[in-house]
This record gives sequence, structure tokens and C-alpha cells, in this order.
Amino acid sequence: MDLGKDLVAASATPLVLAILAEGESYGYAIIKRVSELSGGHLHWTDGMLYPVLHRLERHGLVASKWRSSESGRHRKYYRLTKEGRTQLEAQRKRWQIVDETLNRIWMKACRA
Amino acid sequence: MSAGPGHAPLEEQIGQWRAYLRRRRAFNGPDVEELETHLRDQVAVLTQAGLAEDEAFLVAVKRMGSLDALSREFAREHSERLWKQLVIAPEGDAGRGTATRTETLVVFALAVAAALAIKIPGLFGRELDDAHAPFYVRNASLFVLPFLTAYFVWKRRMDPRHCVWLAVPFIAAAVVMNIFPFTRDSHTERLSALHLPIALWLVVGIAYVGGRWFQGGGRMDFVRFSGELFIYYVLIALGGGVLTAFTMMMFQAIGMKPDWIAQEWLIPCGAMGAVLVGSWLVEAKQSVIENMAPVLTRLFTPLFTILLLAFLATMAWTGRPIDIQRNVLIAFDLLLVLVVGLVLYSASARDPEAPPSLFDGLQLLLIASALVVDAVALAAIASRISEFGFTPNRVAALGENLILLISLAGSAWLYAGFLRGRKPFRALEAWQTAYLPVYAIWAALVVVLFPPLFAYA
Repeated sequence: MDLGKDLVAASATPLVLAILAEGESYGYAIIKRVSELSGGHLHWTDGMLYPVLHRLERHGLVASKWRSSESGRHRKYYRLTKEGRTQLEAQRKRWQIVDETLNRIWMKACRA
Repeated sequence: MSAGPGHAPLEEQIGQWRAYLRRRRAFNGPDVEELETHLRDQVAVLTQAGLAEDEAFLVAVKRMGSLDALSREFAREHSERLWKQLVIAPEGDAGRGTATRTETLVVFALAVAAALAIKIPGLFGRELDDAHAPFYVRNASLFVLPFLTAYFVWKRRMDPRHCVWLAVPFIAAAVVMNIFPFTRDSHTERLSALHLPIALWLVVGIAYVGGRWFQGGGRMDFVRFSGELFIYYVLIALGGGVLTAFTMMMFQAIGMKPDWIAQEWLIPCGAMGAVLVGSWLVEAKQSVIENMAPVLTRLFTPLFTILLLAFLATMAWTGRPIDIQRNVLIAFDLLLVLVVGLVLYSASARDPEAPPSLFDGLQLLLIASALVVDAVALAAIASRISEFGFTPNRVAALGENLILLISLAGSAWLYAGFLRGRKPFRALEAWQTAYLPVYAIWAALVVVLFPPLFAYA
């Protein structure tokens, strides 16, 4: 299902932050995790993840480091910072409000 | 991944993709590397799932998204990268890094050499003062242009044995400028001093194009280089002025007299060294920053066209004749130089394959109005030339006027042909670049022939 550009863009920040809250990770793994979590419904153009990561890094929500993985590939790993964690909490609250509001009206519509 | 027979094509494809990414301003080195790791991860997973390597590569590239959209997103996030910085030590291969360092050293050494060269005559009793000012004015270009030529001989990897003859004009110029018995403050001396750099600039140009003056687009590149160097030199001079002002102000504040630092060291040495440094910056940045000269051309072509048309209209309306003052011929020469410059630099930035545009029409209008204005001025001068007599200044100014007129008339003719679709734009470009040596040869004639012809007066 096509979620539309705006919704994908808006959900990108909380998703990336939440995934990094599980532990540090790198671009390709993050994309895979998003696909997994959404059951394949949420699909990003791969490259677009990187500007998002760089923006989060500029705002100090994530930090990055180049490191070689076990497979010997040189990768840029991202991890959540303290500010990132605070921001994730704030985002979670916001999205919960949206979610609950929509749920309430859709429940009503179902019952009616 | 195995190093099987299918391995090389994939590496080649990834290499091409990487090079393509590198050419975009929005991505820097680490970004490209990060995206490349992603691509490789994706290809590895897809080949494990059973795809052939080239198929996997195509799918991975597709999933990465359109490069245009991607570079737009990167540019939005890293807007500072669009303000392309002049990178003196470019990121990338280590080999290129050392090459840049060597070049920095060579340029630095040559700049210091040029800066010190102007102090050498001082060691032999020719101090930089009013008494020896004519000597320095005559020889100014000889202190710096040989070093600039040497830089290009080195940079273009010309065989030094084949370009020894490049030294001949410099030696000849040094001999001529210093054995001619000029009368002090004479017109011929000033004319020679003024024309020598123009004549020698052709020698720099020959070194710039690596000795292949008649091949390829080298001559137009040299025109571009000259324009950019002029702009850089003005900027460096402005900075140097600020530096000098602060030097004076600060040392005066502690009761010292710093004039000699400024007059004997800062200004002359800076003026010489800046030519080398400016040239090097232009060489380093040519692919990085938009050329400035064509931008200025675009800005001022319409304005000068309006000026010339308004001048002609006013003259026709009021019937006022041109007041023939002593310097009026030189003023109109300068006007023609300016128009030639505007035409040359707009041609240097134009895509020769593009069809005629409104701006081309404007160029033709500019040339035509300049020709008419000059014709009016020449007619006014011709009627009184016998009254003035033939002084060296006047002959030089008339000769220059003639040369510039021919150049502009040729450009106008070819522009008209181009606008009517009869001639390619390349013909115009070829005319302008072919004409370049004429200026230098005329300048050389003024330097060498005028002083004896006019008895060094």
C-alpha cells in the first residue's frame, strides 16, 4: 500500500530513532528492519534514509562512527544519543495522541 | 564474494556508479562510501537469493532511488556543499593529495621568487624610489611573467628542452627595455612599459596551452583563465590593501613609521607574488566554481548597450559634436577594448551548439552601436589630425583603434551570419581566438619600433 510521501517523511524520524533505541545499527540494516516491522508495507527508497540520518546527526539526536564489521566491511554505524532518547519519548507521545484520536473515531464509525 | 569471472564486471559497474556520484556536488567522499556499502550489502543479499550479479546490481541501484531526487535531498541537508569550497587539498586518492602538495610547494616557491626578484635590483643600487621609478615601470612585467611561464611549463609537463625558446622573448624584452636611451618620462617610454605586458602575455598563453597554440580549445581556455585571473587579482589586491592599511595603523599606534615596510616590501612583493598565487587559484578552482567573468559580462552587456544607444541618440538629438580633447582617442580605444572583452567573455561561456538567443541579438546590437560610436569619434578626430601632428601616443592610439575595429567588425559580420542561421557559432569563436596574437604583435611593435621611430621622445 502506498502511504504517501508526507506520511512516510513524517514517520521516518520516530521510526529511525526507535530502531536505533534497540541498539546501534547502519543504513542497510535499518532499512531491512523497517521493512520487517511494517510487514513490507512501509517501503522507503533506500538512498533517502541517509539524508534523514545526517539530519538527525546534525541535530545531535544520533552519533555516528566508521567501523569495520565482522564481515570486514567498513561501515558507518549510528547510535542514539541522550537527546535522541528524549526526542524519541516526545515523538512517541505525539504519535500516541494521533493514534488514539484516530482510533476513537474509527471505533465509533465501526459501531455505528 | 568470490573473485570469480563474474567479479570484475560488478566492480567495474560499482566503480562507474561511484564516479557518477562523486561528480555531484551534494555528496562528499564519506557519503559516497556510505551509499556504496549500502549498495554492496544489497547486491550481496540479492545474489545470495539467486540473482546474477549484474541483475542484482541493477535492482540495488533501482532501490537506491533516482540520483536526482537523492542529490536534491542531500543538498537540502548539506546546503553548505552547494557553496562549493575551494578545496586546496582535495579529498580522494592519496596520489592526488601528494600531487597537490607538490604543486602548492612549486607555486609557493615561484611566488616567493617573483616577490624577491623585484628586490634584486635594489642590491645593485637601484632602490625602489622615485629616482628609479622609470626602471621599475619599464621592467615590471619581467619580474613576474617569466615565473608564471615557468609555472605553466612545469604544470603542463612541457619538455624544458623544447621550451627554452620561450625564454627568448623575455631576454629580448629585457635587453630592449634597458638599452633604449629613453628620455626620462618620455611618451615612448610610457608606451613601451604599457605594451610590454600585453606582448609578453602571449608568451604566457603559449605556455598555458602547453605549447600547442593552434590545437584544440586551448586558446579559449587561456582567455577564460586571463579573465578569472584579473578578477582574482583585483580581489587579492583589495585584501592586500586592507593588510597594508592595518600594518600602517597598528605600527603608527606604537609610534613607529612603517611606511618603508609597505612601500618597499608589502606592496611591490605582494603585487608580484599575487600574480602567481592568483593563477594557481584560478587553475585549482576552474572546475569548482562558476566562472565570474561571463557572469559579469551577462550583467553589463545590456547596460553598456543602453549606454551606447543613449549616447548616440543624445548626439543625434542635440547635434553636439565630440569635443576633441587630448585623451579622447584613448577613451574611445578603451571603450572598444571593453566591448571586445564583453563579446569575448560571453563567447567563452556560451555553448557553441546552442541556437541563437535574445542575448546574441543583444551582443550584435552592442557591437554595432560601439562601431557607430567609434566611427563618429574617428571622423571627428580625422578632421583635425593634421592639426595635432603625429605623436607616438596618437599613432599608438590610432593603430589600436584600427585593430579593435577590425576585430569587432569581423565579430559583427559573423554574429549577423550566425543569427540568420548561415554560420555556426564556432566560426565566431574561431575568429576571436585567431585574432588574439594580433593584439600581442601590435603591442610588441609598439615596444620595439616606436622608441627609435620617435627618437625616444
